[in-house]
Amino acid sequence: MTVEVDSSAKFTEYAHPERLVSTDWLQAHLGTPGLVVVESDEDVLLYETGHIPGSVKIDWHTDLNDPVERDYIDGEGFAKLLGSKGITRDSTVVIYGDKNNWWAAYALWVFTLFGHEDVRLLDGGRAKWEAEGREYTTSVPTPAAVDYPVVERNDAPIRAYKDDVLAHFGNPLVDVRSPEEFSGERTTAPAYPEEGALRAGHIPSAQNVPWGKAAADDGTFRSLDELNSLYRDGAGLKDGDSVIAYCRIGERSSHTWFVLTHLLGFEGVRNYDGSWTEWGSAVRVPIVKGSEPGAVPAAR
Amino acid sequence: MTTSDLPPALAQIQEDFLGLEQRDRLLLLLEFANELPELPLQYSEHPDLLERVVECQSPVFIFVEVDENGIVHLHATAPKEAPTTRGFASILVQGLAGLTVEEVLDVPDDYPNTIGLTEAVSPLRIRGMTALLGRTKRQIREKIAA
Repeated sequence: MTVEVDSSAKFTEYAHPERLVSTDWLQAHLGTPGLVVVESDEDVLLYETGHIPGSVKIDWHTDLNDPVERDYIDGEGFAKLLGSKGITRDSTVVIYGDKNNWWAAYALWVFTLFGHEDVRLLDGGRAKWEAEGREYTTSVPTPAAVDYPVVERNDAPIRAYKDDVLAHFGNPLVDVRSPEEFSGERTTAPAYPEEGALRAGHIPSAQNVPWGKAAADDGTFRSLDELNSLYRDGAGLKDGDSVIAYCRIGERSSHTWFVLTHLLGFEGVRNYDGSWTEWGSAVRVPIVKGSEPGAVPAAR
Repeated sequence: MTTSDLPPALAQIQEDFLGLEQRDRLLLLLEFANELPELPLQYSEHPDLLERVVECQSPVFIFVEVDENGIVHLHATAPKEAPTTRGFASILVQGLAGLTVEEVLDVPDDYPNTIGLTEAVSPLRIRGMTALLGRTKRQIREKIAA
C-alpha cells in the first residue's frame, strides 16, 4: 500500500477497511504522489461534464471489455491501458463513479482479476462528492505514460463461468437483480425491443438480494450490522460459504462481490459475469420462475 | 438507404459526427446533451403523458405530438446525470424537427448505428437511442391510427 489508508471510524468495523476512502480523505490526499483517482461510470459522458480534479477516466465498456469477444481485455491490453493513465503496479488507485459506485465496483473487480494490489473505492462515489459541493473540473489530465507490467488475468479465484455455476449447486448463489427480474415477470410490451435474454427467471436456489440494498441513501455503504442482516440473516450466508453472485452482465454483482469480500470478509466469493444474459439464453440449464429461490436441481 | 436519402438535419448530424476523431465525437454528443430543450410546461406538469424508454439505462421519458399539419414534435427529458441519454434524445429532437409523419417513419431504424458512435459510446449503449427512435415511431403510428 503506497498511500496511507483512511482510518475513518466508520470503516474500522469492516473486514477490509483499507478498501474504502471517504470524500474527506480523498480531498485531503488529491495530488499525493503514488495516488491515481479513476472515474468509472455507467454513463460514458459523465466524466466529460466534470470530474474530481486530476482523475482519469476508465470506461467499463470501451476500455475494460474486449472489443470482439465477450471477455475482458488481456494482460497486454490492461498494461497498455493502465500505463497510459499514469498507473504503475504500485499505484494506489481510488475508483469512484455514478449509481452508488456500481461501475466503479465493476472496474475494481476487473483490476482485481489482474491482481492490482492497492485499489480502493470512494465511499459514496460521485453522488456524495457532488452533494457535498466539492470541486469538479472539466480539464482532462494528460499523464505521462508509465510502464505497467504485463500480468495475465487470474480469473479462477473471483470469477465464475457458467460451468462453474453448474458445479456450484448446493452452495449459495446470490441474484442481485430487481425482484421483477428475479421472478421472471416480463415488463416489456409487444413491439418493444427485446431484452438480451431468451428466458426469464433465475438460477435455481439463488437468493434475491438486490444490489442497491447495500447502499444507503447517500450512496455510502451500509453499516456492518445492516449488511449482516441483509446477507447473513436475510440470504442465509454463513462463514466458510463459497458464494457466487450474478446479475445481468456482472456489473451489479461486482458491487455485491465487493460488499461480501471486502466489507463482510467472505473468502472466495466469485462473480458470474456471464450472468442472466448468458444463463437466460443458454441451452438446457435449469431455471426457476417466481419469487421463491426453488430447489437445488438434480444433476443432468 | 444512403446518406443522401436521409432528412437534411439527420444527414448533417451524421456528417458532423463522422468527420470527428472518436474522442471529439463524445464531446459533440455532450454538446447535444447540453442543448436538449426543457419540456414544454404542459408536459412537465403532466408526467403521466410521458412514456419511459426502459431500454435506456437511465430514466428518459418521451412524448410525441403530431400537429394539424402532420408535423411531428418530439419532446424528451432525462436527468443531467445521464448526459449520454440526453445527447441521444437531443440528436433525435433536432434531427426530426419539422419532419412530417411519413418522413419520420421513413428514417432508417438503424440510423443510430450509422453516426459513428458505436465505437466511442459502445454498441450496447447505442441500443438506447435505437429504442428512442423505435418508440417515437410507435407513438406516431398509434396517433395516426387513432
